Amino acid sequence: MSQPAPLTVIEPDGRASMGHDPGLSDDELLHCYRTMLLVRAFDDICLKLQRSGRIGFSIPNKGIEATQVGAASALRKSDWIFPSYRDFGMAMYHGIKSVDMMHNMFGNAQDSALGRQMPVHFSFTEPIKFYSISSPIGTHLPQAVGAAFAMKERGEDNVALVSFGDGGTSSLGFHSGLNFAGVWKAPVVFLCQNNGYAISCPSEQQTASDGYAIKGVAYGVPGVVVDGNDLLAVRQATGEAVERARRGDGPTIIEAVTFRMGGHSTSDDPSRYVPKELFEEWEKKDPVERFEKYLASRGLWTKERGESMRGDVMKEVADAAREAQGVGKPPLESIFSDVYAEVPAHLRAQGAAAFDLAKRFGDPDAGEGEFPL
Amino acid sequence: MANLTLIQAVNDGLRTAMEADSTVYVFGEDVGPKGGVFLATENLTRDFGANRCFDTPLSEDGIIGTAIGMAMNGLRPVAEIQFQDFIFPAFDQIVSEAAKLRYRSGGQYTAPMVIRTPYGGGIRGGLYHSQSGEAYFCHTPGLKVVIPSTAHDAKGLLLASIADPDPVLFLEPKALYRSVKGEVPEGHYTVDLSTLRNVREGEHVTVLCYGAMVPVCEKAAARAAENGIECHIVDLRTLLPLDEEGVLEAAKKTGRVVVVHEAPRFCGMGGEISALIAENCIEYMEAPIIRVTGFDTPFPNTLEHHYLPDERRVLDAIERSAAY
Ligand SMILES: Cc1ncc(C[n+]2csc(CCOP(=O)(O)OP(=O)(O)O)c2C)c(N)n1
Repeated sequence: MSQPAPLTVIEPDGRASMGHDPGLSDDELLHCYRTMLLVRAFDDICLKLQRSGRIGFSIPNKGIEATQVGAASALRKSDWIFPSYRDFGMAMYHGIKSVDMMHNMFGNAQDSALGRQMPVHFSFTEPIKFYSISSPIGTHLPQAVGAAFAMKERGEDNVALVSFGDGGTSSLGFHSGLNFAGVWKAPVVFLCQNNGYAISCPSEQQTASDGYAIKGVAYGVPGVVVDGNDLLAVRQATGEAVERARRGDGPTIIEAVTFRMGGHSTSDDPSRYVPKELFEEWEKKDPVERFEKYLASRGLWTKERGESMRGDVMKEVADAAREAQGVGKPPLESIFSDVYAEVPAHLRAQGAAAFDLAKRFGDPDAGEGEFPL
Repeated sequence: MANLTLIQAVNDGLRTAMEADSTVYVFGEDVGPKGGVFLATENLTRDFGANRCFDTPLSEDGIIGTAIGMAMNGLRPVAEIQFQDFIFPAFDQIVSEAAKLRYRSGGQYTAPMVIRTPYGGGIRGGLYHSQSGEAYFCHTPGLKVVIPSTAHDAKGLLLASIADPDPVLFLEPKALYRSVKGEVPEGHYTVDLSTLRNVREGEHVTVLCYGAMVPVCEKAAARAAENGIECHIVDLRTLLPLDEEGVLEAAKKTGRVVVVHEAPRFCGMGGEISALIAENCIEYMEAPIIRVTGFDTPFPNTLEHHYLPDERRVLDAIERSAAY
C-alpha cells in the first residue's frame, strides 16, 4: 500500500494553492510567524547555554517549527496537548512564557516540576494543558486517548492532540493508542512528526511500510500526510482532524514530513550518520523562509520587519535565560514532596535524615530551620 | 594488557565475543553506525558487518522478544537497551518469557542471551536516565543479574555472561563508563559469575557494594582509614545468583556491616543482604547493619547529588557502625 503525496499549501513562489488555504487572519499569521521565530531563538540560546555549561542538555527544534506551530494553531485553550520533548513551538504558540520554559531548562526553584526532570521535559496547565513530558517514548499515546475519552464522557467538544516522532510509531503505546482510539472513536488527533531520524535510525529501518499515516488504516483511523515544513498545510490538516474529532467522528493520524536540522540532542553528533546532502537539501526547504515568502505575498512581510521581530524575540529569550539563571536551586525537601499527596512516614524520616546530614556537612542546599515536611 | 576505560572494555568484550563466535549478534537502538549513545558498540558494524551489529526499530519489547527467539534457535544475541529506564516495555518478555523458558519447557527450550544496559545516576539525567532498577530483576527467578565496576571485570564478566547458558541482565554503571580506567587483558578471558571481588582488606567494618558505588565506598574507606577505621570492601559483581557464602564470610570477618547502593531502599538489595546476614550469622554482629541508599523517591535532576550516596554519607555510616 502506498501513501498519497503530502498535502502542500504554500507554493514555491510563496502563494497559497487554491482550495487548501486555511484562511487565517493577518494577526493569526503574524502570531504563527513570531512563534516560529521565538522557537528558533529559544533553540539557539539553549544550544549556547548548553555549550557554555550553563544548562546540561537541550533538544534542537530547528527545521520542524512549522509542524509544531501549524498543529498547535488549530487548537483552542480548552484542548489538551500531549507533547513530545521536541515541541517548543506548541507551548509557545499558546502563550507559555519563554521564562517559564527557561526555568525548566535550568531546573531551578521556579521550574513547574522543581528541577526534578531533565531539561525540555516541560509540564504546564495554563494557559493550555501542556501535559507533563515523560522520556519513555510512546507512553503518552494511550494516555491522550484516555483523556479524550473523559472529554467525550462529559459531553465536551474538546480534543486531545498527541505528538510523537517516527520512532514513536514502533512503541507499544502507538499501537494500543491507535487501537483504543479507533474502537472508542475518541476525540484525538495523532500527530506523527516524521523528521527523518529517530536519533540515528533512519525511517527505512523504523518501518517497512510506505510512511506512517497509513498505519492508521488497520486501526480504522484515517491518515493524512502533510508537508511538515509548510505551516499552512499542517494547519489545514490539523484543523480538519480537530473538527472531525469535535464532531464526534473520531480520531485521525497526521504524518508531517519534515526534517530535524541538527543532532537528536546536544549530546549527539549527527555527522556520524546523517549524509551532508540531506542537510543541504532540507536547508532549502526551511519552514521559516517558506512562510516569510507567503507572508510577503500577502504584503505582511519585509526583510526589515523580519529583522525587527527577530531582534524582539532574541531579546525576550535572552532576558528569560538571564532571569532563570538567577533563580536558585529547588529546596532539598523537593526531593521528598509530590511523591504522594501526603508525605508518608518513611519519606519524612529519610528527608529529615538527609536534611540533618546536609546541615552537618554545611551544605547550603539545606537552608535554614527544620525539615519542613 | 591495555589500559581501557570501562566502556572501552565493554566494546573490547563485544568484539572479542564476536570474533570468537559467529553466532554472537549485537543489536538495539542506535548501536549500528552511531555506535551506541555511549559508544559501547563503536565500529562493530564497520568491522563485523551490518548483519552482526545493527539498529532495530524503537521497541524494547521487540528487541528482547526477538532476542529470545534467536537465543532459542542457535544464536547468541547480545541486545542493548539504550538506558535501563527504557527496559520496561520489555519487562514482560524478560520476566515472563526469557527467565521462565527453561523451567516451563522442562529444559527443552532455553534463552542464552545477554541484555546490556546502562543504569544509575551521576549524569544529570533526572527521572528517566538515572534509575537503578536491579531489584525488579533480582526478584525474577531464572534471570542472572550482573554489574561490573572495573574495566577488567566489565570485559571478563561480559564474556562470561555471553557464554552462560541462561539469560543475563548486564547492568553497566554509566557513571563509571569513562571515569574508571584499568588494565584489561587482551583476548578472551572470563570472570566467573556469582563470585565476589575483594576490593580492600580491613578488619573493622565490612562494606558491601556494587557498580558505581564501589569507587564511592573506596574513597570513604580511605578517609575512614585516616581515623584508624579499616574497611573491608566487597564488590558483589553478580547480584543474582548471589555469592551468599562470600557475603556471610565478609560479614563475619568484622561483625559490622554497611550495605551501599544507589537504588531506592525499600525492597532493595540492601534489605536482602541484611536479611541474609541476620538469618545466618546475627550472632557475629557487633553493630546494627546500616544501609546507605538512594531515597524512596523518583530520581531528581538538579538535586541528584543529594539523592546519590556520596563519600560523606558512606563515611558517616562507617563511623556510626564502628562506634556502635
Ligand atoms: C522507550 C524508549 N526507548 C528508547 C528511548 C531513547 N530515545 C530517546 S529519543 C529516541 C528517538 C526517538 O525518535 P522519534 O520518536 O522519531 O522522535 P524524534 O526524536 O525524532 O523527535 C530514543 C530511541 C526512549 N526515550 N524511550
